[in-house]
Amino acid sequence: MQKNAIFQSKLLPYALVAPQLAIVLIFFYWPAAQAVFQSFLQQDAFGLSTTFVWFENYRDLLSQPDYFATILRTFGFSFAIAVSSLSFALLLAVMADKPLRGGTLYRTLLIWPYAVAPPVVGVLWIFMLHPSLGVLSRYLRALGVDWNPLLDGDQAALLIIVAAAWKQISYNFLFFLAGLQGIPKSVIEAAAIDGARPMRRFWTVIFPLLSPTIFFLLVVNIVYAFFDTFGIIDTMTRGGPGKSTETLVYKVYTDGLLGGNLGGSAAQSVILMVIVIMLTAIQFRFVERKVTY
Amino acid sequence: MVEQEGIRRYVAHFILWIGIAIVAFPVYLAIVASTQETGVIANGQMSLLPGGEFLKVYYQTIFVGTSGSTREPVGTMMFNSLVMAMLIAVGKIAISIISAYAIVYFRFPFRMPIFWLIFITLMLPVEVRIYPTYKIVADLHMLDSYAGLALPLIASATATLLFRQFFMTVPDELLEASRIDGAGPFRFFWDTLLPLSRTNMAALFVILFILGWNQYLWPLLITTRDDMQTIQIGIRKMITTTDALTEWPVVMATAVLAMLPPVFVVVVMQKLFVRGLVETEK
Repeated sequence: MQKNAIFQSKLLPYALVAPQLAIVLIFFYWPAAQAVFQSFLQQDAFGLSTTFVWFENYRDLLSQPDYFATILRTFGFSFAIAVSSLSFALLLAVMADKPLRGGTLYRTLLIWPYAVAPPVVGVLWIFMLHPSLGVLSRYLRALGVDWNPLLDGDQAALLIIVAAAWKQISYNFLFFLAGLQGIPKSVIEAAAIDGARPMRRFWTVIFPLLSPTIFFLLVVNIVYAFFDTFGIIDTMTRGGPGKSTETLVYKVYTDGLLGGNLGGSAAQSVILMVIVIMLTAIQFRFVERKVTY
Repeated sequence: MVEQEGIRRYVAHFILWIGIAIVAFPVYLAIVASTQETGVIANGQMSLLPGGEFLKVYYQTIFVGTSGSTREPVGTMMFNSLVMAMLIAVGKIAISIISAYAIVYFRFPFRMPIFWLIFITLMLPVEVRIYPTYKIVADLHMLDSYAGLALPLIASATATLLFRQFFMTVPDELLEASRIDGAGPFRFFWDTLLPLSRTNMAALFVILFILGWNQYLWPLLITTRDDMQTIQIGIRKMITTTDALTEWPVVMATAVLAMLPPVFVVVVMQKLFVRGLVETEK
């Protein structure tokens, strides 16, 4: 953690950490503390007086079937996005890991969508699958699908999942490729000499050795689906139709825009914080194991 | 040698090209749409080949904006996005490198508590404390300002951790040598440590620039004036109005312009990008 060779100075180190410390305190700890504090308060209808109500805001929130549905939906979206994006990216990475001609070109052509912003992803996909003018919608209708994600909640959810998974392919691909390249070739060759065919080699040798990467990516993808899908949802469906594409972050945003229930909004933020901290803790624990595997 | 011959190789090429097609198709469509006429697209009669309106659409987009929903030229939005992304990237690197320097190269009271205070910020993205942060920025009169756009997004520990890790690998002999040469903490930092950190800084810059350029929720909340909008916000406002009025070629041209800088950075600085991505995610 610390060097043996260091400088002696009483004030300089404080001056050096001061800018970051100031920003972190003002823009991180202060608002986070306020969110926690407000979640224990309740305002009267006119905003004139506030009372300390302990966990009442949380009880109210969790007793709403609506809120519970949003939690379930958010986790459902997250797993759907993570699993579909991870499996497709893994397939591509396994293919790109082979000694092919043009290998680096493939990599370049597959990683750039990382740089596409979520709202742009939303715009691209809604344009493609817009019920009245989308190019792909024409084909869907020709196939007899009654396609209208602006009215049909399930279709809207599917659209969000596909678009969000699309954006995440490049990220997952990159980490899978790095993971695959980290597997010693001698292990794979040994399996080949033992007579294992490629498919079998993949499932019995490569896949288990890749499991730390898979687990790491699973957590990262779930966190991504929690937060970065906001831009996709906001440009495509605005949480609708009904509430069929409303995630936890989206709900915090819309409830906050409506104003009103400050304590309830704050309680929502705090619940979100707890979920993220749990996910991050899982990730940290796992990263430690990855080092020793 | 593991068997790699024959048909398997073709299958691999084939699957990779399918992947590339899936990844590229939505963007191809956007480029094509940005060269066609509004009416044709609104009718659902869009062609899959580029049209002839390229110059007209992009000129209108960059210098005029849509004629309906947002009158702000996209050029202005791009400038705002650029300023925000640069402030976030440069600001974060600057404050992080000096605080990492203090934490690694000095011994002072409260060193560890300060480190933990910074470290914990890794855990919570701005989304979970969005309204309290909004209130603070409003109280500080920083709504609709570049400082308000950038500062709350600078408050995170990734870069500090990265520099700390890197400084720990710098051999002690370097410091002893420069001390013999009579160098103080400033000279050592400036002449030795900073040049050694150049690659790390560049890799971090690439990632932070992309993250900054692509910010959405935060700018959406704190910008109310049209001339402070970033391009990501502008694009959403363009499709706010009812479908019939959406000028899709302009929207798609904006989407293309919004993608251009970060995609360019990824493709051209691929090595730094990959390095930055892998290192910031640890």
